[in-house]
Amino acid sequence: MDDYNDTAVITSEGLQCLIEALLNRSYQVVGPQIRDQAIVYDTLTDIDQLPQGWSDEQDGGHYRLRPRADGAYFGYAVGPHSWKRFLYPPHQSLWQANKDGDRLYFKDERPDPPRFAFLGVRACELNAIAIQDRVFMGDAYSDPDYQARREGTFIVALNCSEAGGTCFCASMACGPEVKTGFDLALTELLNEGPHRFLVESGSPAGLEVMAELPRRNTTRADLQAAWAVVENTRRSMGRTMPDTDIPALLLDNLTHPRWDDVAQRCLSCANCTMVCPTCFCSTVEDSSDLAGTTAERHRRWDSCFTADFSYLHGGSVRQSTRSRYRQWMTHKLATWVEQFGSSGCVGCGRCITWCPVGIDLTEEVRAIHDTSPKGKGEAR
Amino acid sequence: MNRPGRKPRLAVWKFASCDGCQLSFLDCEDELLDIAGAVDIAYFPEAMRGPIRGTYDVSLVEGSITTAGDAKRIQRVRQRSRTLVTIGACATAGGIQALRNFADIDAFVNVVYASPEYIATLATSTAIADHVPVDFELRGCPINKVQLVEVISAFLCGRRPVTPAHSVCIECKLRGTVCVMVAHGTPCLGPVTHAGCGALCPGYNRGCYGCYGPKENTNLPALSGQLATLGMTRPERLRFYRSFNAGAAPFQEESQRHES
Repeated sequence: MDDYNDTAVITSEGLQCLIEALLNRSYQVVGPQIRDQAIVYDTLTDIDQLPQGWSDEQDGGHYRLRPRADGAYFGYAVGPHSWKRFLYPPHQSLWQANKDGDRLYFKDERPDPPRFAFLGVRACELNAIAIQDRVFMGDAYSDPDYQARREGTFIVALNCSEAGGTCFCASMACGPEVKTGFDLALTELLNEGPHRFLVESGSPAGLEVMAELPRRNTTRADLQAAWAVVENTRRSMGRTMPDTDIPALLLDNLTHPRWDDVAQRCLSCANCTMVCPTCFCSTVEDSSDLAGTTAERHRRWDSCFTADFSYLHGGSVRQSTRSRYRQWMTHKLATWVEQFGSSGCVGCGRCITWCPVGIDLTEEVRAIHDTSPKGKGEAR
Repeated sequence: MNRPGRKPRLAVWKFASCDGCQLSFLDCEDELLDIAGAVDIAYFPEAMRGPIRGTYDVSLVEGSITTAGDAKRIQRVRQRSRTLVTIGACATAGGIQALRNFADIDAFVNVVYASPEYIATLATSTAIADHVPVDFELRGCPINKVQLVEVISAFLCGRRPVTPAHSVCIECKLRGTVCVMVAHGTPCLGPVTHAGCGALCPGYNRGCYGCYGPKENTNLPALSGQLATLGMTRPERLRFYRSFNAGAAPFQEESQRHES
């Protein structure tokens, strides 16, 4: 056990003190709240802004808020937003250039990024952040803006007390229990005693914040209740990914008829890639003013489902929906492993829920697995 | 592409249309002086008097072809224009008036006009590209003035305009808008519609009306299936596809599939 690892129990009053302790440290606190009939992530200053007493109903292409009677603050699964929109914003200016006579002057100074404190980061999302850390900072070439945002971030993680209808983190070994990569971790306890939170510190900064909260010592009963919450969530996953060597299965089946089948249903609208917490692809766009004296280059989220994304000299190399879907899924679940050392999927289920036509990647993998001519995905 | 010492000559032409796209040009209030400084606005009936004859470096063409006279006039516009850019749904897909393509034009004329014998019109409303080669199509009903300024700026420095052909869904996700179809059950054309408006309607909790026409690589039949699941009837779906871009091929084909 590290010397910064400690536990305590707080009430909802302590949760408010936690938000205030983070605000006092000049963090922008970002957490869940209800907007346009969904639970999204935005800045907050008070626990009254949290979606207390709400849950969600999720299925392929379907999301609805549902009230719950127990007053839980975190009694729902992940929504349409992920933390990537804060660490890796959808739009970013990269540089500007000004022309003065025949000379060009480049400027790439960027303002210091905000310091975020994320409240309620699920295990799947911690894994997604760890994956994007490897993508953006994992080798000699790091993304300076991502790195600055990431290094300034304080993470309050959350053990899930509710699995959504499209959740499958358990079968991706990415949850529901948070294990590492947080400053503080909460478990909301509603049973066997008053409404309370078990708090665990995972860093010196977390321990320091925890020490400021009104709290009591942890009992064996608290720890058992917290364990029971996670186990219950683990048993109630809405989806499962087939337990097989998925990279081998997919790469052995690049001509499987299921790719044609899914292409019939897929809109190539790119929603799955936009909501995915690990998808990191972007494009750059240039703009210039009417006078021709200033120009700017921006980075914007892009998707392997667009034609422009695979445009090389002469045209797009992935014209068909079949080729785009196959590229996305084989990268996410197979070639990602050799590229970054892990699967690109954390089992959050967003791509299933937010697909307008409800395409379910676990079902697509299962269909290929169950009908694979190579004997149900045995190793190549 | 610009000759030294001379500003590029720009013309704005009107065919069958409501003038809304030309008005988007005049809506560029903050940029209008810059535009006038960068190009010579040589022909623009909406904003000035007296046509100027000659040739044009860039022509912005609004409206669709609905008369025999306009079918000839667009040929002359093309001959006078080095670069021809169509602006808006009428010019790129035939506009709302392309609804006539699915009906009997004589029946319409007899019902609408007191003296039908004075009306000389074609049976169809068609896109400019059906008549002459088009160098660039700017989508929208009406066009987005920011995109119009982008097209002119790009033309001036000889680069490709940034007007992505992907779905409106991407614009929703970039701005963080909650999906109205998934979270509210609201029918939406966003997944098959070309971006450009910045996801205006979903931003106000409305479904997309498809003002920018089909995106690249559409799959209308798959969307129809989901719209049916959301409770939209077959006649409702047919009308959903028949609005400002009824004449755009993917929308036209899917609406016709709903006729039988």
